[in-house]
Amino acid sequence: MNTYTTKFGSLKQYDKGSIQIIQGKATNYAFSNVFEVAEKAQPYDKTIVGLNQKYVIETVRAEGQSPWYTASHDEFVIVMDGEIRIEFLKLKNPLDAEIEGTQLAGEQPDGVPMGYVVLKKGHQAILPAGTAYRFDAATTSVLLVQTIQGPLSLEKWSDICLK
Amino acid sequence: MNQIAQIEHVDVIDTNPITGYQSFKLGNFVISRDEYFAKITWQVDGKEHSHLMSADAFLRAVMRDVAWGFFYGWVNFDHVIGTQNHYGSVDFYAGTFNGVLKAAGVDYVENFQTPKIMATFKAILHDWVNEGFDPFAAPEETGSAFGRKNGNNSAAIDRYRVATKRMPGLEGDSPLRDDLPVNRHFLDVDQDEPLVHCEPGFEGQLSGFNLFKYLSRSDVTWNPSVTSVCKASLFCPTTEEYILPIFHGNDRVEWFLQFSDVMTWNIADKEDGSPIARIEMKPGDICAMPANIRHQGYATKRSMILVWENATADLPEKYASGELPPYPIDF
Repeated sequence: MNTYTTKFGSLKQYDKGSIQIIQGKATNYAFSNVFEVAEKAQPYDKTIVGLNQKYVIETVRAEGQSPWYTASHDEFVIVMDGEIRIEFLKLKNPLDAEIEGTQLAGEQPDGVPMGYVVLKKGHQAILPAGTAYRFDAATTSVLLVQTIQGPLSLEKWSDICLK
Repeated sequence: MNQIAQIEHVDVIDTNPITGYQSFKLGNFVISRDEYFAKITWQVDGKEHSHLMSADAFLRAVMRDVAWGFFYGWVNFDHVIGTQNHYGSVDFYAGTFNGVLKAAGVDYVENFQTPKIMATFKAILHDWVNEGFDPFAAPEETGSAFGRKNGNNSAAIDRYRVATKRMPGLEGDSPLRDDLPVNRHFLDVDQDEPLVHCEPGFEGQLSGFNLFKYLSRSDVTWNPSVTSVCKASLFCPTTEEYILPIFHGNDRVEWFLQFSDVMTWNIADKEDGSPIARIEMKPGDICAMPANIRHQGYATKRSMILVWENATADLPEKYASGELPPYPIDF
């Protein structure tokens, strides 16, 4: 046995860890599994799995094409499973800087095509401030989004966390 | 000796004629080592108290504290010794966050300007880390910390936390790790990069990289390094193997997301060190570390985790005053 097998999770195969409590409550740790959350979510629901003041980590089940999104600040996406293509537009009228979090950008945002990125498991991309972006999932995928809590962010802690 | 040590006076007491190691004075602490142990000595009411740590564990802990610039909150080297970052000054303590020693009144804490304690810690690393020992590596990857003075390993200890402005690989930002070899535990990790296509005129504005490849090439263990910045929200993934060399008590809430493999966290009370919980994390698991605990992680196989920090400056006083609850979510 000279080689090691690195174990990643996937929608099809994940295994949730556990908390052994000595004092206090398990809910103090807000413990969930992003594959389990994505498995039970609707496509492109932005479920918050990490919340630190206004900042969030969202888990997204990517399936088919998403709406166009935009934000006034940089956001980042990491693909945890599957493969996605992200198209980008440079918006003619970007959001005001005070508006935080992911916003819907409308049916056909007014902007110039900037290009696209194709991400597989473990790949990360920047979703630059002032752009509109849209996901297209070739296969059902699991995404992590680093952003700020916004109008599309969903909280359902008691459904997703160990108790 | 590096530049900061030349500017900030480091108090070297003497060089032991048998072991060859220097002893250091930091305020009213004396810090010395022999073949096996680091010894920290302090005074309470004119009486001497002292604490021994394995030299190996001590150097791994000091290495993290130096590389992280004293990090966030409390960096406990073990159940007695550690530092608390005040972002400009740093407390060095013995027993202050140990319930028994504190109640007995034999603990001692002293505050230092950050450059002073940093220079002293760096001087300790430069003198005490022998040739062939890398305090940033897992035990299977490096030689021994023990024995008498035998050369040094400046290359290993002069690595610092990666500073990233937006994302590695962007123009003018921190580099990717294509020049580092894949770690022996991650030889099966895909090394393909994402496809990035920019239309003419937008070159360099879109960017992506293989984060798991980047982590598979990390040449250090337990060293959160920034890979994306959304205002004060910092993604700081790292690769973990063996034991986190410190017991971290944060002055704010942080979160862990397990990218690969399995890790166990021992959770204890931040103030007195009494055990609270053990958490086992598997791929895809995410959980909060509340602001009133300390934690230490264990990983048999080198694993990839995401440490998520909120770097907002006024958080420590809000948690300390009770304005913010220690637990991030109430449900």
